[in-house]
Amino acid sequence: MQIYLPIAEISVNAFVLLGLGGIVGMLSGLFGVGGGFLITPLLFFIGIPPPVAVATGANQVVASSISGVLAHLRRRTVDFRMGSVLLAGGLVGSGAGIYMFNWLQDLGQIDLVVQLSYVIFLGIIGLLMLQESVRALMRAKRSPGRVERRQHLWVHKLPLKMKFRASGLYISVIPPVLVGVLVGVLAAIMGVGGGFIMVPAMIYLLGMPTKVVVGTSLFQIIFVTAFTTLMHAVTNYSVDILLAVILILGGVFGAQLGTRIGARLKAEQLRILLALLVVAVCGKLMFDLVVEPRELYSIGYRGTQG
Amino acid sequence: MIRLALLTIALALPAKAEELVAGLSQNRVAITADFSGSEILIFGAIKREAPAPEGALDMIITVEGPKTPVEVLKKSRHFGIWINTEAVEVDAAPSFYAIATTGRLFDVLSHTEDLRHRISIPKAIRSVGAPPEVGEATRFTDALIRLRSHAGLYRVDARDIAVTEETLFQTSVALPANLTDGAYTVRIFLTRDREVIDAYTTIIDVQKVGLERFLFNLAYEQPLIYGLLALVLAALAGWGASAVFRFIRI
Repeated sequence: MQIYLPIAEISVNAFVLLGLGGIVGMLSGLFGVGGGFLITPLLFFIGIPPPVAVATGANQVVASSISGVLAHLRRRTVDFRMGSVLLAGGLVGSGAGIYMFNWLQDLGQIDLVVQLSYVIFLGIIGLLMLQESVRALMRAKRSPGRVERRQHLWVHKLPLKMKFRASGLYISVIPPVLVGVLVGVLAAIMGVGGGFIMVPAMIYLLGMPTKVVVGTSLFQIIFVTAFTTLMHAVTNYSVDILLAVILILGGVFGAQLGTRIGARLKAEQLRILLALLVVAVCGKLMFDLVVEPRELYSIGYRGTQG
Repeated sequence: MIRLALLTIALALPAKAEELVAGLSQNRVAITADFSGSEILIFGAIKREAPAPEGALDMIITVEGPKTPVEVLKKSRHFGIWINTEAVEVDAAPSFYAIATTGRLFDVLSHTEDLRHRISIPKAIRSVGAPPEVGEATRFTDALIRLRSHAGLYRVDARDIAVTEETLFQTSVALPANLTDGAYTVRIFLTRDREVIDAYTTIIDVQKVGLERFLFNLAYEQPLIYGLLALVLAALAGWGASAVFRFIRI
């Protein structure tokens, strides 16, 4: 069944979109990731113009993170104070990111920057995850390993300290604000929630306890991606509601399926699978950038608009 | 039936030497959510007072979408990756252009007439603001034509018009699913010995309707409300999913 997307102005198969949403939802349920970093490149692959893919991807992340945060609220694993500090940085970052996005779009370089950001971030995260999970697998085979926690002393020396009771921390607000800004920029340019950057940063940089990390990052992601969606809608007119709704519908069911499958598999194996997937998506994007394209010319997006 | 009706019209009306009478199967195309392209039938007759004069009779039919400026980008290799480095703004290019003819285009049309009526695809694209290097600019318009032809938006269908007894003609033009909306101009040219002897112009109105139209207009005219609507839908879906699956689990 073909469906015409009013903003992307192309006709695509609705079942392909549902399937795409479903698969990404399943992966996000399986691995506990937002899925934004997978859905946006997959939308590029099926021919959605990158600005629409990024803006609509952000909209889809709003839905998946709301559904995720509700579960964490019931378990009381959300640090609202830390979330708000991260959010303050996130909104600033998202605003700056939107500004950069529009500037790059005027230069005709937005596709390149979006793709390069994906290659860089997916590459780094994918390889780190692969290394980490292979090591974990080895460790699991030998003996139950010890958990290391690195102490970053410089974090404790910064001014403007604040008490974060739910996380059991008394640290400066500067590092979380900076983490928030970075994630906000990524949300605007890449259409992702940024959980894949924020979660490691919260654990290793801020030293937050693992149990509140996911809930708190989801809490921040909801508002940053909501703000990003709104900004893209107002400045670029590039949010496609119809596309978002179909992706969300697929994603919602996929996520539940993923959670159930995930419960039956081993965590280490799951992480290796996710790492391989991330590396594969990154590789495909990099391949497209490096190999000489068959067609050197392209038509600028929005050049077709009146 | 149509042929019979047209023949009656052709015979009944008095006119100049040779004149075109034409009709379309539809004057409006509605882009709905499940729009997957549309086929327009173009038909008509050639009206004469006297017997047909000497010379080869031919026809050309063009269907042209709204013209807009288009930016054509060219990639080149820098630091090992392919980057858009050159851009040429083509002043006005139709979003869609289809030509149907009774023979190969320049067998039925002289180059002078092509210049006058802007019939062939390169002539239908206007590019005056391009940089001085003419050769460069041509490569960009060529690329535009190639890209749009590949997307099925620019088409030349030679020998696609059926003409009966040098009087009745009909053809069909398939409009693809990836249409933009606006006024599509249909031009029908009658040529004898490659010279245009009569032309007929009409309009097909292509518009998004229903949900498509509502969302598109809202997105461009009330972007804030549109954005908020997107968020409300996302929030409802997220909350709904969580609630439904919690209910199912219990």
